[in-house]
Amino acid sequence: MATNGFKNYSIKFSWLSQTWARLKNDKMGLLGFVLVITVVLVAIFAHFLAPYDPNMINISHRLQAPSLVHLLGTDHLGRDTLSRVIVGSRIALKVAMISISLAMSGGLILGLLAGYGPAWLDRIMILIFDTVRSFPTVMFALALVTMLGPSLNTIIIVVVITSIPMYGRIVRAQTLSLKNKEFIWAERSTGAGMVRILAVHMLPNVIGPLLIIASMDVPVVVTIEAGLSFLGVGVRPPAPSWGSILNDGYAYIRNTTWIAIAGGVPLILTTVGFTFLGESLRDIFDPKLQKDI
Amino acid sequence: MTSLLEVENTRMRFQTKGFLKALIDRDSTPYIDAVCGVSLKIKTGETLALVGESGSGKTTLGLSIIGLLKPFEGNIRFQGKEISGLSDTAFKKYRRNIAMMFQDPVGCLSPRLTIKSLLKQPFKIHSVQDRDLNEEVKRLLNMVGLPSHFEGRYPHQLSGGQARRVGVARACALGPSLIIADEPTAGLDVSVQGEVLNLMKQLQNDYKVSYLVITHNLSVVKHISHRIAVMYLGRFVEQGDTKEVFHHPRHPYTHALLSANPKPDPDAPKDAIELKGDIPSVLNRPQGCEFHTRCPFVKDKCRIKAPTETVITPGHTITCHYPLERDL
Amino acid sequence: MSLDNANILEIRDLSIDYITNRGRLKALRNASLSVRKNRIVGVVGESGCGKSTLIFAIMNLLAENAEINHGTIDFEGQDLLKLSQNEMRKLRGGRISMVFQDPMTSLNPVFSVGEQMVDIQHREKLSKKEKQLRAVNMLAKVGIPDPEKRLKNFPDQFSGGMRQRISIAMALMAEPSLLIADEPTTALDATLEIQIVNRLRKLQADFKCSILFVSHHLGLIADICDDVVVMYAGEVVEEGSVRDIFHRAGHPYTQALLECDPARISEEVTELPTIPGEIPDLANLPEGCIFRNRCSQASEICEKEAPHRLEIESGHFVSCHKHNLEANND
Repeated sequence: MATNGFKNYSIKFSWLSQTWARLKNDKMGLLGFVLVITVVLVAIFAHFLAPYDPNMINISHRLQAPSLVHLLGTDHLGRDTLSRVIVGSRIALKVAMISISLAMSGGLILGLLAGYGPAWLDRIMILIFDTVRSFPTVMFALALVTMLGPSLNTIIIVVVITSIPMYGRIVRAQTLSLKNKEFIWAERSTGAGMVRILAVHMLPNVIGPLLIIASMDVPVVVTIEAGLSFLGVGVRPPAPSWGSILNDGYAYIRNTTWIAIAGGVPLILTTVGFTFLGESLRDIFDPKLQKDI
Repeated sequence: MTSLLEVENTRMRFQTKGFLKALIDRDSTPYIDAVCGVSLKIKTGETLALVGESGSGKTTLGLSIIGLLKPFEGNIRFQGKEISGLSDTAFKKYRRNIAMMFQDPVGCLSPRLTIKSLLKQPFKIHSVQDRDLNEEVKRLLNMVGLPSHFEGRYPHQLSGGQARRVGVARACALGPSLIIADEPTAGLDVSVQGEVLNLMKQLQNDYKVSYLVITHNLSVVKHISHRIAVMYLGRFVEQGDTKEVFHHPRHPYTHALLSANPKPDPDAPKDAIELKGDIPSVLNRPQGCEFHTRCPFVKDKCRIKAPTETVITPGHTITCHYPLERDL
Repeated sequence: MSLDNANILEIRDLSIDYITNRGRLKALRNASLSVRKNRIVGVVGESGCGKSTLIFAIMNLLAENAEINHGTIDFEGQDLLKLSQNEMRKLRGGRISMVFQDPMTSLNPVFSVGEQMVDIQHREKLSKKEKQLRAVNMLAKVGIPDPEKRLKNFPDQFSGGMRQRISIAMALMAEPSLLIADEPTTALDATLEIQIVNRLRKLQADFKCSILFVSHHLGLIADICDDVVVMYAGEVVEEGSVRDIFHRAGHPYTQALLECDPARISEEVTELPTIPGEIPDLANLPEGCIFRNRCSQASEICEKEAPHRLEIESGHFVSCHKHNLEANND
């Protein structure tokens, strides 16, 4: 019915505006939100914002300090650092968002099943989680690169597979602790099956800690990407990922500190932004912590 | 006339050790029996109170009747059909007719659902298509005396009494014939306990609902139940009409339990029977009559031989070698 | 004749607020009560009445967001609210001790009972053996069988009822003048409750200490207490001897509460009495009497003015306009 649809529409909006109102009140959350939005917008409009082509080499202008021409100076190949940082945000976000979303989804499903399902399923899951976790990330990456060739997608696959056990374990622990709570027994007594219990009752209670861990995982993933790119198994040069900028900056730190700063600061701001936002959202979505406005 | 609910010789057993460990420890009884072969009947529109203290097994029995735990032995028949040991899928259709209210008034409500979503769950679970769910929610809230704007609240925003009523509303959603109420007055102030009990009684009058009330609160039992079954360490020690049992308890434990509820009157005689010792653990059941370690009237036979359930008067059974005389 | 020197505890006009996100919760308002030497005083009230705030204020264990507006807590001549943390610590577990509600969590699970009982005697200048002997004697007094053997057991090796007895033993070992028992039997089964209460009665007679017994179980209060204080939504509404309260209740709330107790009603009734409505929001207090929106005997003045504490018979105090009016009419 048309009127019903409209009602649902407006209810959804009021839910969003309620969340926004709560977010506004929380200074840390607001700061986080601003930082995250900034990074996202920079990434989206990177090619408009970057003053130069990030890959334009100009040896005669190498390792310059910041000036009006090059706001963050140039790197060892004379490329404009600012442009590289701006375009680098795309790589960072692409890797982080895609791989963390996939890992979170995978971990969520597997963790819920492991925690709530039959004991034998749980044992198998734990076995899989522990096996994958015991594999050194770098060796796994090398193995995968040999099979699939180096690229951004390879990094994403590596991160997803090695992160799922972590998310899975967190979700599993939460699920286990909720499994015997009275409200779960109550819903089972009404006839709710496993799917309904997991989707309607477990999931909203489990997703909170997951969001926090995920938000703090962003810098970890970006660092993994940097490390892998450094070894040549990730983003290949000349792609301007923040990680590789950082590595370049480290190599040339005696010449100019600006490259390292340029690589490090966006990383820090992104970490801070996502962490604050994640924590604030978790508090907002926890009905027990709802502050009356 | 067949009873609505019939429980026959039901035993609930829980493993305490795995097979190998039991073998290594040479433990021939690596299990505990929370419920040891009990039988009861509930008729339509009747309330049976299951009374007992910690370790009596009363909640375990309740959970087995609603199919959340499987009995080790015995039969449970609902409306003539065998329901013990059914799989979750097979039991599902009975859940329209048997509902349960849990002990923690707020804790039994899913914390991230609004009351509205919560009350819609039973309908969604059983795929009820032919009704307007929003109207049903309003009807249920009205039935339990809560204003309809409560549907937008979350469980933690309700008081104990209000949450309790939501529990009643949820249990009644699909019009069950039997409701199992686990400690319906737990956590409620004395001044509001009556609200829930009055509501339950009214629903029974209007809809002929039967109740199995699990409680340790005897003053509640007196006002709400027709029959009472007293449990100790998983067995029924006395079963009969509430009025009869309250006026003339025949089992020493029942007698002690009844006297352990002093009247709010400083001049009332302070003659509460004090039982010695603690409730024994189910891991270490006493020999003979399991109550003998605390019984003020214990005799030699009680220490050696376990009594069997005998009928004292029609409808009144007792498990004791030396039932108390009628007039004490 | 002033009986003040026979009071070991006297609370006067105590008001405590909690600062929360929702605003200021006026949890306790002008509460006054007294505990005489060698008497058991019961504190009765339902959720939100402020009894927890009251006893934590006595022990100086209030939450961080609590603010004491005004009032005094006089204990053996000292105002507890003016004591430093150190001075208060000397009193706690010594002259004033406490037994808590949940026997499962009030004992330290990683130390044996013997160790804990010796430890709390740290004020005494006795040898370890002497302290252990005292502990054994105390355990025997509370009815723990084989106390010497059980000294080395850990709390989880005792049942709930036994643990509560151990808590009582520990609280009484220092021979306090005041023992505060916060719902000591609520978590126990009925048959155990009787044991504990009888035991407590005997111990009180032996040790001659005063007990502040907090409970919502009216039957228990009537059984064991000499005096009773009735609290509602942060105020003391009535205070008197146990017979004053149970036989001649002056405040409508007390009267209604007694009527609601199902243990009082011997015959089956069609409908159990209740007190309709809810306690007011402590952050948004209404004008006038705090109980008026649920009182069947309220009149016009109750909406405008808060009632004063009036002594309606010797030692029996009520805060209700009904009695003010009657007094005026005399």
